[in-house]
Amino acid sequence: MKRRAELQRRRFLARTIGAGSALLLSGCDALSRTEWFPKVLATGETLNRAVQGIVAPRRAMAQEFGGADLSPGFRSNGTSMPRNAAYRALAAGAFEEYRLDVGGLVEKPITLSLGELRALPSRTQITRHDCVEGWSAIGKWKGARLSSLLEAVRPKPEARFVMFYCADPMEADGTSPYYESIDMDDAFHPQTLLAYELNDQALPIPNGAPVRLRVERQLGYKHAKYIMRIELVRSFESIAGGKGGYWEDQGYEWWAGI
Amino acid sequence: MYRTRAPSSSSYLYYRHSVAVRIMHWINVIALAVLLGSGLNIFSAHPALYWGKSSYTGKGPVFQIGARETDEEDLIGVTRIFGHEFDTTGVLGAAAEGEEMVARTFPSWLILPGDRWLAMARRWHFFFAWVFVLNGLCYVGYSIASRHLSRDLAPNAADWRSIGPSIVDHLLFRHPTGEAAKRYNVLQKLAYLSVVFVLLPVVVLMGLAMSPRLDAAIPGWVDLFGGRQSARTIHFVAAWLLVAFVLVHVFEVIVSGFWNHLRSMITGRYRIATKEDNEAAR
Repeated sequence: MKRRAELQRRRFLARTIGAGSALLLSGCDALSRTEWFPKVLATGETLNRAVQGIVAPRRAMAQEFGGADLSPGFRSNGTSMPRNAAYRALAAGAFEEYRLDVGGLVEKPITLSLGELRALPSRTQITRHDCVEGWSAIGKWKGARLSSLLEAVRPKPEARFVMFYCADPMEADGTSPYYESIDMDDAFHPQTLLAYELNDQALPIPNGAPVRLRVERQLGYKHAKYIMRIELVRSFESIAGGKGGYWEDQGYEWWAGI
Repeated sequence: MYRTRAPSSSSYLYYRHSVAVRIMHWINVIALAVLLGSGLNIFSAHPALYWGKSSYTGKGPVFQIGARETDEEDLIGVTRIFGHEFDTTGVLGAAAEGEEMVARTFPSWLILPGDRWLAMARRWHFFFAWVFVLNGLCYVGYSIASRHLSRDLAPNAADWRSIGPSIVDHLLFRHPTGEAAKRYNVLQKLAYLSVVFVLLPVVVLMGLAMSPRLDAAIPGWVDLFGGRQSARTIHFVAAWLLVAFVLVHVFEVIVSGFWNHLRSMITGRYRIATKEDNEAAR
């Protein structure tokens, strides 16, 4: 009797384990495709953001490197030449006709030429670019401090995010232009730049000419290239997919601190 | 924790694992399985490892999984370790999908989700990283407070003296019976302690080292481990060392009485055989 009970128990356990692992394997894929489960998983992002903000506070500086650490040939990822006729016309003219629009929730909207942007207080920094895919490259960036530009346009108190609208369409048919957003803490961080130089040369087209964002302490996809327009907003919920950036709309985290 | 039943004629059940340890053990099993599967999916987005501060230092990767077309236009999987190339078709780099060979870093049954999906894999990974870390902190706190650590895991003087015989016992698959089976042997203690206090903290720390925001906490701290890309490499190697530990752990469980061990990690009760009947301990 006792022996049989033991055998039954073993059979039950074996079935439980078998069913459990099968459920784990196929269930995970099914869960990934539900509406609700990825939202549960996304609570990890909220926790990451809170803890990272405590461990590395608002003003913490990203590591800076020496000239010996520079990567030979800074890798281009994503778009290397925007499929956009207006952009290509600007590039053909060495970006002399380029104008950066800065507007939205500001007291004094402005439009800047590349020369005017270069006249703003600048910063040069050798930093590491960390792609969400896993690779890193080290480059020397020079650019206008975004904080200086914002001080010039005077954000309204209700402005919470800075949006960057780019020239590169992400769909083959020329739609879905790249865009990104950062909060005011990152926007006023001293290492946040509108970079126009890479490794002492004018920013090359594959790396985002004429102007790209450097928002050190976040992953590569936040560093929008080919910036055409900057807008300060209260919320990005009604912009494009509503998640604050092209990759964010594809399911990547808005908070790209890890 | 040491409640025992009155010994029956041949064997008796001994209360071996507290309910807290059992719950935390199984949470850990789930969390580590998800972290491995989602981690390998994330790795597939850039299946190469480097030593240094960046990936582009002038030196090539130390490890790389890829796919290449042969002269006969067949797709083969290629794994490169320190410049040595191995054909790993079917397992790493390229595998058959129906009739066709396709480039894929790992077999789909090993990655989570089953297809390359970086954004979703990251969500799984970071959520279960929190489950794993909080569970691990609870485990360490519990083990100290309940004296599980000092009583059951810390090796005593007799343990240190028994290292030699214990190695021989393991090599001969000789497993303790009777009273000796109630305690962890010295190799077991050392294995558990090094996993809990070395390997797992290292894998977590190297994961955190990959965060550009956390790197800003004390700029340069990542260089203590050779830089961000070295940290990524260590994270990957440590993860496979954990897999190796689990394989040995499960192997030992199987050869020293699978059902008995499994029962003890579910109900807490482990059957101790007395001398007359070792059979029941199977």
